[in-house]
Amino acid sequence: MSLTIFMQQLVNAASLGSLYALLAIGYTMVYGILRLINFAHGDVFMLSTYFAFYAMTSFLLPWYISFAIAIILTILFGTVLERGAYRPLRNSPRISIMISAIAASFLIQNLAVVFFGGIPKAFPSVPIFSKIIQISGVSSSSISVIIPIVTILVLFILGYIINQTKMGMAMRAVSKDYEAARLMGINVNTVISFTFGIGSALAAIGGVMWGLKYPQLIPLMGLMPGLKCFIAAVVGGIGNIKGAVIGGFILGFGEIMIVAVSVYMPYDLSGYRDAFAFVLLIAILLLKPDGIMGKSSVEKV
Amino acid sequence: MLKIENLHVFYGGIHALKGINLNVEKGKTVSLIGANGAGKSTTLRCIMGLVKKNEGSIIYNQQDISSLKTRDIVKRGLVLTPEGRRIFPNLSVKENLLLGAYTRTDKNEIDRDFNKVTELFPILKEREWQIAGTLSGGEQQMLAVGRSLMSKPKLIMMDEPSLGLAPLIVKNIFEIIKEINSNGVTVLLVEQNAKAALEIADYAYVLETGTIVLEGKGSELLNNADVQKAYLGEAVIKTKEK
Ligand SMILES: Nc1ncnc2c1ncn2[C@@H]1O[C@H](COP(=O)(O)OP(=O)(O)OP(=O)(O)O)[C@@H](O)[C@H]1O
Ligand SMILES: [Mg+2]
Repeated sequence: MSLTIFMQQLVNAASLGSLYALLAIGYTMVYGILRLINFAHGDVFMLSTYFAFYAMTSFLLPWYISFAIAIILTILFGTVLERGAYRPLRNSPRISIMISAIAASFLIQNLAVVFFGGIPKAFPSVPIFSKIIQISGVSSSSISVIIPIVTILVLFILGYIINQTKMGMAMRAVSKDYEAARLMGINVNTVISFTFGIGSALAAIGGVMWGLKYPQLIPLMGLMPGLKCFIAAVVGGIGNIKGAVIGGFILGFGEIMIVAVSVYMPYDLSGYRDAFAFVLLIAILLLKPDGIMGKSSVEKV
Repeated sequence: MLKIENLHVFYGGIHALKGINLNVEKGKTVSLIGANGAGKSTTLRCIMGLVKKNEGSIIYNQQDISSLKTRDIVKRGLVLTPEGRRIFPNLSVKENLLLGAYTRTDKNEIDRDFNKVTELFPILKEREWQIAGTLSGGEQQMLAVGRSLMSKPKLIMMDEPSLGLAPLIVKNIFEIIKEINSNGVTVLLVEQNAKAALEIADYAYVLETGTIVLEGKGSELLNNADVQKAYLGEAVIKTKEK
């Protein structure tokens, strides 16, 4: 593999890894605070791309306004989902809320088929994101470079919110002890809504960038990335944000590199790309069930 | 200041509080003692709105607070240092203290109270950046009390603050309770350590399986034969391990 091709694939890997990381954080944050796998998270991600699509194509809004609207609508949707599907079951057995999450996922997918249609839609191309840029022989579309940059920026903001703000402090408190948090005067419901809001915002930021990079929209497009990013969160250590980022990047790099090296293999391995996540999941569950950043990593070693 | 009338609490079929009456006067230290499972924690949790009452009233400053949300009760100046400390182990000592002031918005006052609390517990100042889960049990209890004080309470309720602590630290904790009280904060104390609790109490109640069976001045109860037999005899003092 020549260096230029390798560099090119590296850029692709970084941008796919970034998208996975953004989506994986939503799983891990919701798990951290509710001990719930939000199975509908991938579908929330799917909705964000359609929101942006319709804002641009039906309402003919400029891309930046469309993206802002998509992010806001997705945040609203995520918090409404929590209110409608999860909050009423907060004190029910864990299995009920999990079933509710699976049901919400199916419902969103099928409503999307009804309202958006099953035929794939082409995400509009935005010139400044589809420009080809060349740096010392390595050429790449600008979106592939923008994705990691935006992601790093978003991660910094997220880190600031969680570690430096009062709401972030409340989130960390609620994730450990609801009742003690209540005794501090924290409104636990607000904190949980806020957590869903952030998770949905990250999914939407990932979603619109996904649309720019992989411009084909279908109602089931959230399924596979959702599943993979859930795996990324588990691989990183579910409940741990750094872990979700690491898991997302491992997944992104792994997938791209499988495709990249398969050219040089006697068999074409690129078809196994989607299997990588699952192999990784099995491996991590065997070797380190709490994930890379999981708690027992500190104690066990 | 706080008046509980005919309070009943059920947990499903368990009748945990069977119509208790209790009065806490402003500026006083009131102790509530009783055996395991008597309903002491339930009483405090019900006052804070963590458990819903089935009947009765909880009057605080002429207002029934029994249907208010916990956060609105905290805003009115009541605070509970819960049984088992319940500090946030993943947060730093400083963050734990700041969370105690969560409902407050008076930034400068919070800073001042932070200094006051860390004066009262110098160890907390020393360990300001330490992750609270790594503190020793005694330090965690100091943190739990300090965190409660950060809400600027008018009435502080403490659920077994001496639980699982070495005798010297227990003495220290009771000194601090006295000091808190002398600063004008009313104290409602739940304790297994009946002797110490009665010694510092202006008034005290004895709770047995959801019913108040005895009440009186702290010194009176200390000398009461029944109390001595049930709670003060060396052999029957219940010490709970952490
Ligand atoms: N969440 C709950 N669900 C069901 N029953 C409960 C619950 N909490 C307490 N109880 C029951 O209510 C009764 C009173 O409990 P409570 O915790 O108030 O006792 P306590 O006096 O604080 O005891 P201890 O000294 O052991 O802390 C006990 O019989 C207990 O089993
Ligand atoms: Mg108790």
